[in-house]
Amino acid sequence: MAVALILVLIALGSVAFHLWSPWWWTPIASNWSYIDTTIVITFWITGAVFVAVVLFMAYCVYRFRHRQGQQAHYEPESKRLELWLTVITGVGVAAMLTPGLFVWHQFISVPEDATDIEILGQQWQWSFRLPGPDGKLGTTDARLISPDNPLGLSREDQSGQDDVIVEGGELRLPIGKPVKALLRSVDVIHNFYVPEIRAKMDLVPGQVSYIWFTPTRTGTFEILCAELCGLGHSQMRGTVVVQEQKDYQTWLQGQASRSFARLSPDAQ
Amino acid sequence: MVDVPLGPIGTAPSPATEDVELYHPHSWVTKYVFSQDAKIIAIQYSFVALTVGLIALVLSWLMRLQLGFPGVFTFIDANAYYQFITMHGMMMVVYVLTALFLGGFGNYLIPLMVGARDMVFPYLNMLSFWVYLLAVLILVASFFAPGGPTGAGWTLYPPQAIMSGTPGGQDWGIVLMLVSLMVFIIGFTMGGLNYVVTVLQARARGMTLMRMPLTVWGIFTASFMALLAFPALFVGAVMMLFDRALGTSFFMPAIVEMGQTLDRSGGSPLLFQHLFWFFGHPEVYIVALPAFGIVSDLISTHARRNIFGYRMMVWALLAIGALSFVVWAHHMYVSGMNPYFGFFFATTTLIIAIPTAIKVYNWILTLWRGDIHLNVPMLFALAFIVTFLNGGLTGLFLGNVVVDVPLSDTMFVVAHFHMVMGVAPILVIFGAIYHWYPKVTGRMLNDTLGKLHFWVTFLGAYAIFFPMHYLGLMGVPRRYHEIGEMAFVPPSAHTLNAFITIVALIVGAVQLVFVFNLFWSLRHGRPSGGNPWRATTLEWQTPETPPPHGNWGKELPVVYRWAYDYSVPGAAEDFLPQNQPNAQATAGLAHG
Repeated sequence: MAVALILVLIALGSVAFHLWSPWWWTPIASNWSYIDTTIVITFWITGAVFVAVVLFMAYCVYRFRHRQGQQAHYEPESKRLELWLTVITGVGVAAMLTPGLFVWHQFISVPEDATDIEILGQQWQWSFRLPGPDGKLGTTDARLISPDNPLGLSREDQSGQDDVIVEGGELRLPIGKPVKALLRSVDVIHNFYVPEIRAKMDLVPGQVSYIWFTPTRTGTFEILCAELCGLGHSQMRGTVVVQEQKDYQTWLQGQASRSFARLSPDAQ
Repeated sequence: MVDVPLGPIGTAPSPATEDVELYHPHSWVTKYVFSQDAKIIAIQYSFVALTVGLIALVLSWLMRLQLGFPGVFTFIDANAYYQFITMHGMMMVVYVLTALFLGGFGNYLIPLMVGARDMVFPYLNMLSFWVYLLAVLILVASFFAPGGPTGAGWTLYPPQAIMSGTPGGQDWGIVLMLVSLMVFIIGFTMGGLNYVVTVLQARARGMTLMRMPLTVWGIFTASFMALLAFPALFVGAVMMLFDRALGTSFFMPAIVEMGQTLDRSGGSPLLFQHLFWFFGHPEVYIVALPAFGIVSDLISTHARRNIFGYRMMVWALLAIGALSFVVWAHHMYVSGMNPYFGFFFATTTLIIAIPTAIKVYNWILTLWRGDIHLNVPMLFALAFIVTFLNGGLTGLFLGNVVVDVPLSDTMFVVAHFHMVMGVAPILVIFGAIYHWYPKVTGRMLNDTLGKLHFWVTFLGAYAIFFPMHYLGLMGVPRRYHEIGEMAFVPPSAHTLNAFITIVALIVGAVQLVFVFNLFWSLRHGRPSGGNPWRATTLEWQTPETPPPHGNWGKELPVVYRWAYDYSVPGAAEDFLPQNQPNAQATAGLAHG
């Protein structure tokens, strides 16, 4: 009896906690509300299964508890029941997987009009690179990194000369414009993670990975490193500042002095 | 399946086999220390694994103290914190759970349950334990080595694992970890071959594969998988050791560390992740399948009812085992691998939910219309179903690629895998110890202490890990020495963290009650007799309890039925042992 009651309390208590606890995701600030929708679908399906199974257990524990003279029912298997349960489970799984894969396809398909930016990780700070007036990022190589070329840009590549370099943690983005963030690390694996944007991806040395998103709300959001990168991992923070288009353009024009060509004069 | 005719048995040789091939110990040392008896080896394995488990428990206390009360315990700096989480993780996954299920339960139960005198390679079996002990000693030695143990996280991802920004990366820590893993795998291979060959070759007459208890099926499948999966970790460890010690670049691309260009180029950090998870995902099921098997037998025995859908249970075990080799990259959705892999691995991962769900259904359908005795092992089995179900369902979030993106690397993942491969299998281990302790010692564990241990452990573990999911959903990352100030984290989350820590301390402390019970009952436990649970499987039918060397006396048992003849209509008792011939059973068996 006590056991059955506790099982009921666990099932109902978990649902109550889910509905009424103060801990939930942060308000979204990107186009990835699709991801939130798939999470909600998954919560509903899995929650229903959890409650159903635990309540059924509680019922069995109460109804079929040992009493004098009771005998269990002998029934090795029931093909029909097992088949039905398999089919229903298959349907439930498909109901979660299908929207999941659909959204994943969107997640990895970058829109044509996305602006390329670069996010670079190193122990334990973030740097960013924005394309200059030509709209293109120049090529890089970790072996070119030096004190006056901290991101390792190629000096031969003309499209890199006007790239704006931001070291030390603040990335500005205009609202409503899709960005494709090219992710690069020069030492160990890091992970670019902004909870409000929902997207995250590792920065792996020796290769370039990417994510894309469209900021949908102005404000300042925290960048966290989400892949263990050594002792300073939890201090590796930065900020994303999402601004109105005109504020962003004003800021960007003021950054001409931070172009690669100006910062590293021997690039000429 | 239940009433397989016994035709072929009549032509087999006499069951009165001479045990000439069995090694007989001649001294105390060969009997209890360098023993070749699987039962002694099982106890040795279990004792060492439980000791490592206690170390890992203390490490979890320390890391929870830092998370719950940051800055209060100043000796837990970032360096120490990362060392604690790394050692806790690796110890629990490999040196506790794998060793306990396969080396402990596998050694004790396989020969007894299939009706053999011992493992088929007793000497190799003995070596397996001593090599395992060596691996443990190497691992523990890293606490005392210069620089301390590695703090690379249990996944040991390069490049950071072998760089100076990580504890132990340029000291001894990572080297000892890799060497210890390699030694462990060598020892496991000796044991694993034994388990597989014993199940295939040494079963008693009449013990067809489809009459074996699910415990044996679970351990057998897991051993087979481990023999296929561990080599991937082995080569990964060798390659990383070369990178660390010889300056090769298997996993090291061109790297600039703190402004210094390292003399490396061309390697791939992702290659290690593929090797690691090709081992690492099957590893989850190497721990889970023995737990599935054991819990099936606990539920069936204590519900006095045949396990529901036995054949489906066996096929589900095998399907899970096979599928678990094609899902590994679901640990790498945000690793920077080719994103198109996501479609494949999400699909395979969610398909694995189907055989897993079938197992859950069959467990609860075994309870349905049963005669449920709420003995301590049964309580643990019920708690296993709740926690495994919970952890399995959150796996559907993380397996579904795009849903994983916001949750990956957060506390949601920590909560998920602790629920599904920490709490759930450990509850089975406890249930199994309460269940088989009488066979090992001849005495029952104390029931009152057992119930205290059960309720605090189960409810406490649930209270720790269920709310933790929501910290992750909020965005709190894992592996943070300090959450510090994060704009999106409200003060109430810090209160929750403190609550989790306090519960973790209580749950940890109650394990001492269990340890006390283990030792106290050795002398003072109620004598159990040979078959206190009135169970059908062969280990309960030994002529003596605890079973002596050779297990069966002069005659090996002959098996006449499957392992689940509970409450057969018309039978005199509510269980028919596997070695009870039809003739002795009450007439009028109405099957199915």
